[in-house]
Amino acid sequence: MSRSSLKVILTEAAPAHGPAGAWTSSDPLVEVRALKTWFPVRSGVIGRTVAQVRAVDGVDLAIRQGETLGLVGESGCGKSTLGRSILRLVEPTSGEVFFKGRDLLRMGSGPIRRMRREMAMIFQDPFASLDPRQSIGGILGEALDIQRLSGTRRMREERIAELLDLVGLSPRFASRYPHEFSGGQRQRIGIARALAVDPSFIVCDEPVSALDVSIQAQIINLLQQLQERLHLTYLFIAHDLSVVKHISDRIAVMYVGKVIEISGARELYARPRHPYTGSLLSAIPIPDPRIERGRERIILKGDVVSPVNPPSGCRFRTRCFKAQPRCAESEPALETVRDGEHLAACYFPL
Amino acid sequence: MDARLLELEDVHTQLTLREGVVRAVDGVSFHVDAGETLGIVGESGSGKSMTALSIMRLLPRSGRIIGGSIRFKGRELRDLAEAEMEALRGTDIAMIFQDPMTSLNPVYRTGWQVGEPLRIHRHVKTAASIAAAVALFKKVGIPEPEKRATQYPHMFSGGMRQRAMIAMGLSTGPSLLIADEPTTALDVTIQAQILDLLRHLNREFGTATILITHNLGVVAGMCDRVIVMYAGRIVEEGRTEDVFANPEHPYTWSLLRSIPRLDAEVRGRLQPIEGSPPDMAHLPEGCKFRTRCSFAIDRCATEEPELRQVRSQLTRCWVTQGGVSLESQSDLD
Repeated sequence: MSRSSLKVILTEAAPAHGPAGAWTSSDPLVEVRALKTWFPVRSGVIGRTVAQVRAVDGVDLAIRQGETLGLVGESGCGKSTLGRSILRLVEPTSGEVFFKGRDLLRMGSGPIRRMRREMAMIFQDPFASLDPRQSIGGILGEALDIQRLSGTRRMREERIAELLDLVGLSPRFASRYPHEFSGGQRQRIGIARALAVDPSFIVCDEPVSALDVSIQAQIINLLQQLQERLHLTYLFIAHDLSVVKHISDRIAVMYVGKVIEISGARELYARPRHPYTGSLLSAIPIPDPRIERGRERIILKGDVVSPVNPPSGCRFRTRCFKAQPRCAESEPALETVRDGEHLAACYFPL
Repeated sequence: MDARLLELEDVHTQLTLREGVVRAVDGVSFHVDAGETLGIVGESGSGKSMTALSIMRLLPRSGRIIGGSIRFKGRELRDLAEAEMEALRGTDIAMIFQDPMTSLNPVYRTGWQVGEPLRIHRHVKTAASIAAAVALFKKVGIPEPEKRATQYPHMFSGGMRQRAMIAMGLSTGPSLLIADEPTTALDVTIQAQILDLLRHLNREFGTATILITHNLGVVAGMCDRVIVMYAGRIVEEGRTEDVFANPEHPYTWSLLRSIPRLDAEVRGRLQPIEGSPPDMAHLPEGCKFRTRCSFAIDRCATEEPELRQVRSQLTRCWVTQGGVSLESQSDLD
């Protein structure tokens, strides 16, 4: 099968093994197939594995060159683990992750380190993710050194100055330390560190949720400017659906280890098909009392279920207001509900 | 005119930190009427939580109320002995916090803990207090209340713990509930459940609520009136509809424009507020927001404005007090 026919692949027709033919720039930049990342739960003196946390439990996903794919879901749904599994910062249990057509999970440590020049991650907590004993120049320089991108001392300093300038900070800050900066500035430093290796793909894991409301917009705008300027592709993980809608071209919704709906951002908000997406959207407060007072809400019963023992069939059925006996018997597959661009995993979509 | 349920007048609270003395609450006055829901919004360092802790007299050791008056049902709380304050906290004023994980004691069964205020303040016997806790669990929507009451807090999810905290707060039928970021640590579907519960309890029992949050959407759906705080001060106060429709302080105005909205049709750039939240140890002269304000005029740098009536709200801004509308001013840019 030729690669070009797979351009809009999500789940259908994904071949069981590596893509045939060379990767071209019109193909998805990242392709995830049947990815599972389970963590063992150990117990007892000998640490016997007594259960598995199925953090990511069979995900298929394609991220197109230059787009922002939003990934939303509640805590514990596996969205962060999925992001980390794609970068192999955690080791997936099974499945495939193709980056520019090459399977990252079957790469040795040398090749994967070289591939990491093209991939980076931005973390939630700009306070915890920067070494307090290193100057900003040191933190950025280290990212360059690891990938042997430093060159001469002068080139290294120039690159550090350039990185600070890219994220809207003064190059003078290179000699300062993380504690001298505000939360927003630290997140800018975190972004500069991600950009150090000149990546094409960045996993942004809750990049604004630890920041004050008035600062979030600065960082969101910066991420958008950088995307245009440097032709970046983002996987944008967040629980704040308003932020995700604003920044994403397409959005995937996760529930207990599975992607249960994926579609273009506006389409998803206008016509959610999975009952979980519908309830998630209706739960987001809108900062306008005239709208907010009259809104119909779908209030879900119960809590998010455990990824150790997910329910049989559809995982959402225990909280779902549309569940039928069939939902307990077998798990619905992620299937096209509209135009091949909108997929949902539900027997009784909205 | 009858007395307000709660009335703060020119309250000043200081924190003595390593960096020096910080005026965390700097001349705050407002009131809460019986049965109403008042929102207090602001970012970190705005003084919203310190205001609540001043009312409860639960300030950290570094904190001290140095001026002003806090009257609850006509009694001056600052004059109460600690034992009297303790009794009031357990009965007529309740407070719930952001993190229900740390507010419940991990070594006691939840039913026993939730019944504690009744045992201490209402002299209810142990068995009856636990039975009351079970009834409260049912009221706040905790499934299998009998079983849940025998469990320890670690067996509860975050949303269930917050429900248990609300149940404990309501056990003595308080007239005022102070909720400090009650849903910030929770997922959105759980947040919706808790807000729904608070709304319902407010209607059923007529408990007045002070809801402290940074989430403008939560305020829009919950509050009758809203106070916006910045750098330890109230910068705007008014009815929720008015403040959201026509903000009269540039901070409120810019905040509403900087946040992405779920119902936004166009996907343009957000309009961020420049700069950082205020450094309380080094506040600017004059208006505290002026360094981040796109409307600032010369006067803002030299004199700090008072909180004054502008149209239907109170605002602390020279520009709008001078008769200028922020909307028309921003169109000129």
